[in-house]
Amino acid sequence: MSSVPLASTTPQSTIVVEVMPKAELLDPQGKAVTGALSRLGHSMFSEVRIGKRFELTVAGEVTQAILDDVQKLADDVFSNSVIEDVVSITVVPLDATSAAL
Amino acid sequence: MRIGVVTFPGSLDDRDAQRAVRLAGGEPVALWHGSHDLEGVEAIILPGGFSYGDYLRAGAIASLSPIMSEVVDAAKAGMPVLGICNGFQMLAEARLIPGAHTRNAHQQFIRRDQRLRVENADTDWTNGFVAGQEITIPLKNADGRFVADAETIRRIEGEGQVTFRYVGVNPNGSVDDIAGVSNKAGNVVGLMPHPEHATEPGFGPDTPVAMSSGVDGLTFFTSVIRKALVK
Repeated sequence: MSSVPLASTTPQSTIVVEVMPKAELLDPQGKAVTGALSRLGHSMFSEVRIGKRFELTVAGEVTQAILDDVQKLADDVFSNSVIEDVVSITVVPLDATSAAL
Repeated sequence: MRIGVVTFPGSLDDRDAQRAVRLAGGEPVALWHGSHDLEGVEAIILPGGFSYGDYLRAGAIASLSPIMSEVVDAAKAGMPVLGICNGFQMLAEARLIPGAHTRNAHQQFIRRDQRLRVENADTDWTNGFVAGQEITIPLKNADGRFVADAETIRRIEGEGQVTFRYVGVNPNGSVDDIAGVSNKAGNVVGLMPHPEHATEPGFGPDTPVAMSSGVDGLTFFTSVIRKALVK
C-alpha cells in the first residue's frame, strides 16, 4: 500500500466515539451471542455486550473546538442517554494514521 | 379537520394513516420530511415504517429531519401529535415523550393482533374511549421494547402518562407492559401498535362477530377530530 499516492496531501485525523447499551439494560444482541458462544464450547464467557463505534475523519489536526463538537454530537446524536452511555472519545494521532496507511 | 401525515424516507404506513383520517371524517394532508412547512394542519401523525432504515437507532435520524423542528414546536404549543410505531420511536428520540425503545427482548420481529387496555381516555387521541376499555389493533415491530429508568416509570405511571398497556401478551418485553405513552399535557401520544390498520370493516383484526371486522383504531382519529370540534 505504501506505493499508492494519497488522494489528498492534507493528513487526516480520526476521532473514535464508543457507545454502549446501559449496563442495567438487557442487551438482546449480546445475550444471543453469549448463548452462541456457550453452544460452541466457550462457556467461560458469562456475558457479551455489544456496542457501537463511530470513526469521524477530519482533515488536519483535531482542535479543541472539533472535540467539543464531537462531545456534543456523541451525547445528542450518536447515543440516546435513556438507553446508552458514551464510554470513550479518543483521538487517533496523525502519525498513527499515516503509519497505518 | 386538516390532519398532516409526515412521509419520511422509509415510511410504510403513511398512506394507511391518511386513509384512516379520511375514514374518520378528517382531511388528510401529506407532509414531507424535508420541508419546514406544516401547511396549516391542526394535528400531525408520524407514521410507521423504517425511516432511514432504522440506522443509528430506530427513529433517531428521522427525529432530526427538517420538518421535525416545526413538529416539535407545534407539539410544545399544544397541537395534537400521534406517533405510531416508528413515529412513537421518533417522539421518544425527539424527547417529546419520556423513555426510549430497544430491540424486542426476544430478538424477533413480531406481528400480531394485539389486545390493549386504554389506561388514559383523556388525551387528544383517546377521548372517544373509556378508561379501562380493551381494544384490539395490529402490532408489528422489531424495536418495540419501551424502556425508561425506574424513576421515570414511577413518574409517568403517577401522572397518567401511560396511555395504553398490553393485555394478555407482552409482545416485546416493554417495562410494565407499556404499549403507549403521552406527554404531560396529553396532546402528544405515541404507541407501538397500529390503529390505522383497524379502521375499516374487512381490513381489521378478527372479532367474535366477523373476520377482519375490527375497527377499534378508528376511535384514535375520531377522538382528535371531536376534540377540535368541541374546543
